[in-house]
Amino acid sequence: MKIEDKKRVLREMVLHRRFEERCYQAYIERKIGGFLHLYPGQEACCNGVMEAARPGHDYVITGYRDHVHAIKCGSDPKAVMAELYGKETGSSKGRGGSMHIFDAAHRFMGGYALVGGPFPLAAGIAKAIQLKGGDEIAICFLGDAANNQGVFHETLNMAALWNLPVLFVCENNRYGIGTSIERSTAVVHQHKRVAAYNIEASECDGQDVEVVYEHARKAVDHVRSGKGPYFLELMTYRYRGHSMSDSRGYRTREEEELWKQRDPIFILRDRLIAAGELTMEAYEALEKETDAYIENEVIKFSEESPEPRVEDLEKYVLADRASQQQWLTGQAA
Amino acid sequence: MAQIMLWEAIQRAHDEEMARDPMVICMGEDIGVAGGTYKATKGLFEKYGPLRVMDTPISEGGFTGLAIGASFLGVRPIVEIMSVNFAWLAMDQMFNSAAKIRYMSGGQLEAPCVFRSAGGAAHQLGAQHSARMEKVFMGIAGLRVVTPSNPKQAYGLLKSAIRSNDPVFINEHELMYNMKGEVPDSEYFHPLEGSDIARSGTDVTLFGYNISVHWCLKAAEILDKQYGISAEVIDLYSLSPLDRAGIKQSVSKTHRAVIAEEDEAPVGVGAEIIAIINEECFFELDAAPVRVHSALVPQPYNHTLEKAAIPDHEDVVKAVLKLFGKA
Ligand SMILES: Cc1ncc(C[n+]2csc(CCOP(=O)(O)OP(=O)(O)O)c2C)c(N)n1
Ligand SMILES: [Mg+2]
Repeated sequence: MKIEDKKRVLREMVLHRRFEERCYQAYIERKIGGFLHLYPGQEACCNGVMEAARPGHDYVITGYRDHVHAIKCGSDPKAVMAELYGKETGSSKGRGGSMHIFDAAHRFMGGYALVGGPFPLAAGIAKAIQLKGGDEIAICFLGDAANNQGVFHETLNMAALWNLPVLFVCENNRYGIGTSIERSTAVVHQHKRVAAYNIEASECDGQDVEVVYEHARKAVDHVRSGKGPYFLELMTYRYRGHSMSDSRGYRTREEEELWKQRDPIFILRDRLIAAGELTMEAYEALEKETDAYIENEVIKFSEESPEPRVEDLEKYVLADRASQQQWLTGQAA
Repeated sequence: MAQIMLWEAIQRAHDEEMARDPMVICMGEDIGVAGGTYKATKGLFEKYGPLRVMDTPISEGGFTGLAIGASFLGVRPIVEIMSVNFAWLAMDQMFNSAAKIRYMSGGQLEAPCVFRSAGGAAHQLGAQHSARMEKVFMGIAGLRVVTPSNPKQAYGLLKSAIRSNDPVFINEHELMYNMKGEVPDSEYFHPLEGSDIARSGTDVTLFGYNISVHWCLKAAEILDKQYGISAEVIDLYSLSPLDRAGIKQSVSKTHRAVIAEEDEAPVGVGAEIIAIINEECFFELDAAPVRVHSALVPQPYNHTLEKAAIPDHEDVVKAVLKLFGKA
């Protein structure tokens, strides 16, 4: 990674971290409803992979822990936060919520709440790319526990069979809600499960963004050059509970502390400081600046945005009638 | 107008649409090299090749999801689910992904997919191959459900479904693929909404869809000839949305309604139509509407039991006579 890119990624990761922490606060204040799944601890995963890919050009799909993935693809943090606030200016016009951020313009194909649901959708996006002949790839970010769904195996089989341009990124944070991977899954290292499908797979540290980037480059090149799917497993950890109502009784504080010693932001920060490219003062200023931006722009925008109109409750259920008239009425005959 | 079989009508719709638009593809189990369980995709593999005519692994959830994902980018997949009994495995993707994507993305994405599947009791296929499941599909917001009763509808509904930007589930019937009927020689698009008056009448309305339209027509014939009762037959080719206006119009004319469905009664098509009649034209009724439906049992294998479980035109006749106090 070039030094300028490292600095930019640090800035982005700080934004991602502070954005999520601000969501936590807004949830406590009841500004955000529903389920809220936060990303702190895992920032190097999304950032490392997307640095190797082409955000806004490649198609990205993921689960419900989706805010950071959307922002990394190019979504305006204001639109993402406004979505969490349920506002008309939100990415999905307030109809989606935290688990359903979408940004078609930036090719962020969404967050989905059915564990494993995005696997075949990602393969389908790859199928469409294959039919259209573009150089994009489909990238599917999901958790470790999602791999216990049947569609995981169905999708790997089809992706290999049809040589689809899809990269599966497994963010292995060792837990599916409160069940540790050892207690749910016969194989801890997920990439081993993929070998049976003749799909290239590898595993790496998911806390060091540069390590993720190096591995992701190989993975992205593989997929983009037409060699078929790839499965990249990133070993990581989420700091907060699975969702907001999680008191983390299923794991020890010692384990959490151990992982926090390998914080993805601090690893990069300290490396830049050691290389003389950053000072601690500059880093602290960056945090403050980021918080000010979130407060003065992102939160302000979300607070001030209008709610959707109740008259529009049934908008977006089906396609706009006017554009469909000939098929609905048979007038085309 | 040519007389063709229903499977040929479906095949023709595929062929015309695939020839017109390279983004129209089809997929399913044994639809390519083997030509399809019901021949509905015969010859397409040879013509359009494996990239567009995809023989899928036996992974209903997987390939249905794959089709939906492709449709987000403007591909128009026609998915054949070999039997509607297997559609349970694909429902997660149909309902949670295809039907909800437009809404939960605030209108940014859409899933212009067509899902075709054969349902219905055929010949002693037993409990796991005889289900009628239209009631499951027709309760889902964001999903259109249509069901053809003849080759013309099968052709025209599929054509419109492919062009429509909404996901459409097409409920076919295992016993009807070889049914012959007239299909226009020129291109024809059947409306996705509304209903057809299959026979005009004045004394009672018989509501049917798919195979039960034929029971109703046969019953109407008998009622006319033997009992002097003039029955109107409404063909509800669109199960979602149901044609409220058409239902109201006919019942307001005949003042009596019988609904014939091959499915079991609870939470079914008949229940829904009676609710609509109540909401739209309750005071037009001269008698309480009646449902003709199958027994609430897993489909038995035994021939006699199977026949006893599924209604037919005679049950429709009986229901009408009862309405008129003649039985
Ligand atoms: C089909 C389905 N089953 C169960 C759930 C409830 N659920 C939500 S998240 C989750 C755990 C998933 O864990 P993992 O895939 O490892 O992702 P992570 O949350 O760790 O990022 C479960 C069981 C669901 N949303 N969907
Ligand atoms: Mg996990």
